[in-house]
Amino acid sequence: MLRSRVSTYASILSAALLASACRSNSENAAASGAAPTIASSGPVVGKEQYFPLQSYRVGPYAAGGSGFFGGFIDYMQLVNIRDGGVNGVKLTWSECETEYVVERGVECYERLKGGLNGAPVAAMNPLSVGIAYATIDRQTADKIPLITINHGRTDSTDGRVFPYVFPLSLNPYSEISAIINYIGEREGGLDHLSGKKIAVLYHGSPYGKETQPIAELLAKKYGFGVTHIEVPHPGTEQESQWLQIKRLAPNWIILRGWGIMNPVAIKTAAKIGFPVDHIIGNIWSNSEEDVIPAGPAAVGYIAITTHPSGRDFPVLSEVDKYVLSAGKGNMADPKRVGTGYYNLGINNGILNIEAVRVAQTKFGNVPLTGEQVRWGFEHINIDGNRLKELGAVGLLQPIKVTCQDHEGGGAVRFVQWDGTQFKRISDWVKADRALLRPIIEDSSTKYAKEKGLSIRDCDGEAKL
Amino acid sequence: MSSEMTVWPSQSRDPAAPASAPVGKSENSSHHARIRVPRSVPRAVARGAAIVVVAALLVSLPLLVTDYVLSAILVPVLALALAGIGQNFITGYAGQLSVGSAAFMSVGAFATYDASSHLHGLPLLASFAFGGFVAGVVGLFFGLPSLRIRGFYLVVSTLAAQFFVVWLFTKVGWFSDYSASGVITAPKLSVAGFDLSSPGGHYWLSLFVVAPLTVLGRNLVRGRLGRSWMAVRDMETAAAVVGVRTEQAKLLAFGIGSFYCGVAGALWAFAYLGTVEPHGLDLDRSFQVLFIVILGGLGSIAGPFVGAAFVILFPVALDRLGSVLVGGSVDAGLLQNVEKIIFGALVILLLIKQPAGMARLLQIAWLRIGRWRPRQA
Amino acid sequence: MAFFFEVLIGGLLAGVMYTMVALGFVLIYKASGVFNFAQGSMVLFAALTLVTLLERGLALPWALAASAGVMLVVAVAIERVVLRPLVHAPPMALFLATLGLAFVLEGLAQLVYGTQVHGLELGISDAPIHGLPIEISKFDLFSAGVAAALVAAIGILFQTTRAGVGLRAVADDPLAAVAVGLDLSRLWAIAWGGAGLVALVAGLLWGARVGVQFSLSLVVLKALPVLIIGGFSSIGGVIAGGLIVGASEKLAEVYVGSHIGGGIESWFPYVLAVGFLLARPTGLFGERRVERV
Repeated sequence: MLRSRVSTYASILSAALLASACRSNSENAAASGAAPTIASSGPVVGKEQYFPLQSYRVGPYAAGGSGFFGGFIDYMQLVNIRDGGVNGVKLTWSECETEYVVERGVECYERLKGGLNGAPVAAMNPLSVGIAYATIDRQTADKIPLITINHGRTDSTDGRVFPYVFPLSLNPYSEISAIINYIGEREGGLDHLSGKKIAVLYHGSPYGKETQPIAELLAKKYGFGVTHIEVPHPGTEQESQWLQIKRLAPNWIILRGWGIMNPVAIKTAAKIGFPVDHIIGNIWSNSEEDVIPAGPAAVGYIAITTHPSGRDFPVLSEVDKYVLSAGKGNMADPKRVGTGYYNLGINNGILNIEAVRVAQTKFGNVPLTGEQVRWGFEHINIDGNRLKELGAVGLLQPIKVTCQDHEGGGAVRFVQWDGTQFKRISDWVKADRALLRPIIEDSSTKYAKEKGLSIRDCDGEAKL
Repeated sequence: MSSEMTVWPSQSRDPAAPASAPVGKSENSSHHARIRVPRSVPRAVARGAAIVVVAALLVSLPLLVTDYVLSAILVPVLALALAGIGQNFITGYAGQLSVGSAAFMSVGAFATYDASSHLHGLPLLASFAFGGFVAGVVGLFFGLPSLRIRGFYLVVSTLAAQFFVVWLFTKVGWFSDYSASGVITAPKLSVAGFDLSSPGGHYWLSLFVVAPLTVLGRNLVRGRLGRSWMAVRDMETAAAVVGVRTEQAKLLAFGIGSFYCGVAGALWAFAYLGTVEPHGLDLDRSFQVLFIVILGGLGSIAGPFVGAAFVILFPVALDRLGSVLVGGSVDAGLLQNVEKIIFGALVILLLIKQPAGMARLLQIAWLRIGRWRPRQA
Repeated sequence: MAFFFEVLIGGLLAGVMYTMVALGFVLIYKASGVFNFAQGSMVLFAALTLVTLLERGLALPWALAASAGVMLVVAVAIERVVLRPLVHAPPMALFLATLGLAFVLEGLAQLVYGTQVHGLELGISDAPIHGLPIEISKFDLFSAGVAAALVAAIGILFQTTRAGVGLRAVADDPLAAVAVGLDLSRLWAIAWGGAGLVALVAGLLWGARVGVQFSLSLVVLKALPVLIIGGFSSIGGVIAGGLIVGASEKLAEVYVGSHIGGGIESWFPYVLAVGFLLARPTGLFGERRVERV
């Protein structure tokens, strides 16, 4: 009896596999004639530089995960194929599914941190706040950099306390500060904000709450009223929140959403009649996956981005030329190349590979350890000229990482959804980082005291 | 299991022993009524020796296995197994349906953290005990409705606990010491001066918390309280009629069970992840603990260990097998979804084969081995 | 005052949506005494099937019919392959089997249909209808109407058709039902098939509301307090429970939650359910069970 059951399961599984194979084949048929070789690991020949990938391609956040890791892998393929690696050192990687669950991310880290066939680990990029928190201590002890692009502990911006953690390009405090600056611009100047009402609709989690103190600080500084309204996870039903907003009648809404909360927020806003073009989404409410389910209600929705969607950047044309046309693209659906999460993956790839390149200037053109790559991260200096060389002008902001400043950027662009794509409606708007720094340092020194860590002397180290 | 004064030589308490086992000298002296050396003294010695060997093995494990196995496999298995034991007290022995184990784990973790951060100089194990105690009290409170509600509907009480606890710890900053992100991070681990921050240290901490509590739990369920729990589970009204204190039994089940869950939560946060976020111990985690308990075997102390090992090891093993078999030639997402389907299918198959759980499967296998005898010449 | 009614009506309409999901649970519990934890994954699977067919160019009526067929096949397969062999297993094992089934369905859904998110446009506007004192949208009325029709259909099924009466007999006393010659396996197949169709309707309406993506399966979280308040095996109870949960949670969130930081919607319905049960331990409409001594 058991045998027949096993065979039933086996037949269901093979039918499903057949169906999915048909799906992916038909999707790829249009793109290239060659059969897709979707590799989950790179070339393993000789000694390379290894990037373990704690990816998530299954579960509720799989859409974003597959885009991000797809873009990251495609960029590494580009560097391997076009440049022959970083100064001759080829890149290699392997994936380990976390399903966005913390303990699986930890298990993946422990499993892969030793390297791959002798290739040492350069850095970890889990793209998950939970996994980042759980691996900060381990990675610091194991001397492997933890990259939390656009997210992470805000106080890890202070590299003096967190030498191995890098919330590159944007941290949560900078997000909200930049949005307020933009709203000020739209209102005719920051001084015009006085008397206005801004509501922050946030996801009921530590991530959603994180920027409350900064919002209140800025409200006091510029004289506007701020109201925080919580949407309990997962946010499939937001009637009561939006009725409260309707009663409040704010001028602007800042959306700190996550997952399904985003399209539901936009749809419910349209339902109660709030103008969607006065809703500004934060960095995790800014992708195609957040607006497509909302349909026509999302037209006009504004969001911030550090990685504008689109394929009209030189680096993406390169990816097209060297990777996609050769049939080595990682995305099962080639239409997703150039979407938000994919471009975030490209930016992440650029930053990680740049760190390796910079580290090689000090330690030689060989596969480097995590400790050496950390030095590389801390000395990233991507200015306008370098952006031109990388082919990422307008896609990536100028970034200068230092010992004290592990964020390096803090600027965002604003985009607006027109029904089919996100159009860029602004250039880089900076956050008020001088205002935010003391608060960050307060938090990081408190953490250092709690953990008994010593604060690095950045100037002293620079002299070495 | 020793028989000091055997009256009926044919009576054997060991179900695996065949009825016609060769009887020793002491068996035939029933009519002498002397106090004989128990037949099973050698067995007791063997058992004692086995326990010593196993204990020595467990303690010296950090010298034998890699850091990966210690910090990514053994520690979470121990923590989840402890939570499973607690859950088993409530659901397996006392028959009260509960899906709040993650909530009690959360209470334990946060209470332990708050104790250790506000009461300086409090020894680590004392803050663990405090965390467990607070979790026990909270569990008792949410177990009160069991005095009036029976059957499947009782699940709503611990469901309420689950959602309420997540909300409370996210909303009220005091619990996480007003950290901006609401996430607590574990302080440096040290017991009696020994620094336990290495993977081996984490393992020892977990082992020396889980082992005594397991032995205590085993004695508990074999004693009077365990029997009253099982009476409540199997025939509550009849039990009340013959004088079993059913209300007290139910509340104790919730209290003690959530104490265990609380300590497990503290281990999870301190010894394993080093951090805990309220959403990391949510309804999914409660279901995972329930999973472990039912898969391992309801109403058993060893069951949760088997269940936890399965739940943690199986996805890893499947992943490694998958990458070895198909590796880079298959889309990673496809492979992962297939692994998920296989995991679910295996759970269903296991339940069909043995609804009483894997512990029972292993017990049957062990008995079969025990029954094997070499052919007589 | 108008605001109060707005919140109330909004809550009642939300409750209607919760009821839709809870109906699937009730069908299966009534017939086989199993709490089908995989109902959320069934909703997801149904919605993904529908939306994939629509995106391939099929017209809505054909896509609905095809999806209904798929869901019937899936539901009957579940009953035959998973539930039948576990018929004598203890309830905890059954519950866990549906949990395992949820994994299988979710993995299958993402395997066959991919991980992208989809929008589902039914052509019915969600903008408020002008001229009414309180803001209700056409979509709200549509979903309320569909829910009413579904409930009426199920009610008629249970009262008048042979299968329906048979299901009620099975719920009342399975042994007696077998004794009078009812075909249990056929009835279970009908119940599960019905649950599959209900999942499709729920997937259609919820999908149009929130989009079709993996998290759609989370809509069942709110079905639990509805079932507990209304009783696991009563259709009328589920309706009442849905309306009560929807209205009370919205009112509580707006009038109480706003003073203590908000977000109480996540636990309020459960606490309410506990309160109900303490007053009436078998649910509002649930049957009074005779306890075996």
